[in-house]
Amino acid sequence: MTTSLVLTQLLNGLQIGVLLFLLAAGLTLVFGIMDFVNLAHGSLYMVGAFIATATSNATGSFLLGALAAVPGTMLVGIAVDRIALRGLYARDHLDQVLATFGLVLFFNEAVKMVWGASPLYSQVPSWLDGTVELLGFNYASYRLAIIAVGLAVAAFLYWLINRTRVGMLIRAGATHASMVSALGVNIRLLNMMIFGLGAGLAGLAGLMAGPIFSVQSGMGETVLIQTLVVIIVGGIGSIRGAFLAALIIGVVDTMGRVFLPIWMMGVMDGNVAQAAGPALASMLIYLLMAVVLAFKPDGLFPVKHG
Amino acid sequence: MQHPRTWLASALATAALAALPLMAQAQVKIGFMAELSGPQGPLGQDQYDALMLVVERNGGKLGGVPVQVIREDSQLKPDVANQIVDKLIDKERVSIITGVTFSNIMMAVHKKVTDREVFLIGSNAGPSPVAGAQCSPYFFSTSWENGQQAEVVGKYAADKGIKKVITIAPNYQAGKDFVAGFKRYYKSPTANELWPALNTQDFSAEIAQIAAGQPDAVFAFLPGGLGINFVKQWAQAGMKGKIPLLTSSTTDGIGLPAMGDAALGLLSGTFWGPDFPNAANQQFVKEFEAKYKRIPSQYAAQSYDAAQLIDAALAKTGGKVDDKKALLAAFRTASIKSIRGDFKFNTNQFPIQDLHMFEAVKDAQGRMTLKTVATPLKADKDAAYEKCTMKM
Repeated sequence: MTTSLVLTQLLNGLQIGVLLFLLAAGLTLVFGIMDFVNLAHGSLYMVGAFIATATSNATGSFLLGALAAVPGTMLVGIAVDRIALRGLYARDHLDQVLATFGLVLFFNEAVKMVWGASPLYSQVPSWLDGTVELLGFNYASYRLAIIAVGLAVAAFLYWLINRTRVGMLIRAGATHASMVSALGVNIRLLNMMIFGLGAGLAGLAGLMAGPIFSVQSGMGETVLIQTLVVIIVGGIGSIRGAFLAALIIGVVDTMGRVFLPIWMMGVMDGNVAQAAGPALASMLIYLLMAVVLAFKPDGLFPVKHG
Repeated sequence: MQHPRTWLASALATAALAALPLMAQAQVKIGFMAELSGPQGPLGQDQYDALMLVVERNGGKLGGVPVQVIREDSQLKPDVANQIVDKLIDKERVSIITGVTFSNIMMAVHKKVTDREVFLIGSNAGPSPVAGAQCSPYFFSTSWENGQQAEVVGKYAADKGIKKVITIAPNYQAGKDFVAGFKRYYKSPTANELWPALNTQDFSAEIAQIAAGQPDAVFAFLPGGLGINFVKQWAQAGMKGKIPLLTSSTTDGIGLPAMGDAALGLLSGTFWGPDFPNAANQQFVKEFEAKYKRIPSQYAAQSYDAAQLIDAALAKTGGKVDDKKALLAAFRTASIKSIRGDFKFNTNQFPIQDLHMFEAVKDAQGRMTLKTVATPLKADKDAAYEKCTMKM
């Protein structure tokens, strides 16, 4: 077990973490402020990946794909919000889950109608294709770029939430929603902005995931489950919580997948370890969530309600 | 009083309706069930397209009799597959069902269909129980027993004298089967075995472990989207060209277009490739490409042979499907020009066939395809057939 393996895994965890953060940020705001459970958030990620990949394949430019994907997904998100979801805000969570699950099915079929059933071909832009030598090991440049973009977005969101008027309203909405609307703030417009922001971030995550994952119908579901784990561990409604929890989940998941089976081989019989190690590793983030829920039901970094 | 023309028209309509059952009797109904939606939909679509290629080439007939193909999507759900099979057998009264993409679906319907004495012509999944202890005279496979596509890779690795191998496969039954298949001919102990979860998207943790382990080769069984993710990430991590990647069901005809250059040069093992020179295969590939504008995958190839098998069997019975014994004999003795070359059924009614290694290359038009590079297993019988004792 070398230091470079540990460092590589830390970077891998960080990279998965920031990708999860982009998704979790939008989901946690919508859940925390609008009290709306949106299972279709993963579908917006998928839409972002498809728009980005199709555009960059057609134009040969990754940047054009990026320019199309983020606003494109934002528009799709706002349209879905206006057409399908606005009537559901006042309904209970079960109705919201059923309706947004329906949207998941709808989007999975819709991308197949538009782009075909086969996975789309996507590639890393040539200027990011390659590896970088870091402290004696090679790391894919594209993954470093993901980490950089993710951290930049986190910094931007920190500024937006803590230093701007919109951010102040978002913070106020998360803790004292009725007071905010009583003060004459257009809560409907605020909601639409939050939803659009979340959709845009999901689109950005999809854009960056396109070159490393298979761009295909249904790609949003797996990532949605991990995102839900992140917002629950982080504390619903908290951007800071989503950021820290995403990094924790990313690092725990990658570290667990590598080192848990190795560690188990050391302490128990080979066959048992071979069977139990990978199974336990894939459960690790859910175990973490269960422990967090048992001891801090509001998450690790909850929004303080007044 | 009715207008004479109206009267005549209704009389004709009644006569036409009365004639319908007669026509229906002359038609043989065939059920086709596969995964046609969701992420695995392209596999079932290739199976369906190849079947219909044969049916439509013959003017809607198989074995000289008109056939009606009833297309059903099992949605990768065993319960849905069960309902479809009930419907096909009880309502549609089909005598032959073909297709079936995934092993869990096959395990869910195999007993039910064969117990009802309906012929099941599997054109993809070949779980080992179906090839072994649970074999049935009513089941024929035109694909392979699950382990075979991994055994050929293990044999290749052993032939090449590769010393240190790390395996990677999803942590579920088929993953275990494929790694076991690899080890049937590759006898040296593996250096490490990685078992990522079936829904893994990011393989960076596994790739880092492989890089740290420095093996002579990696054996991967990562079907569908898993393979696309892994192959892309493998190339991006700069591993391609450093450590040979040997695969089963990973760089297949469905995944290759999405992998692109990332897959170039990777090796995989299976029973058929689009470059086979035999005349039957050349005709199949040419017609499939002309009709569907893509290179056929192995799933299309398997289904094409299933269509040929049904065609040959029905020709032998003159289109009669009621005499089960005669139809069974016809299936057993049917001789087809398989596009894989030599083809013969073993005692478990799975093919005895050559298995090859393929390299992912670009064709003249720059599309990704497979090129035959070696044939490690000749006239191979699967590992399960000795457990099969056919009662009929």
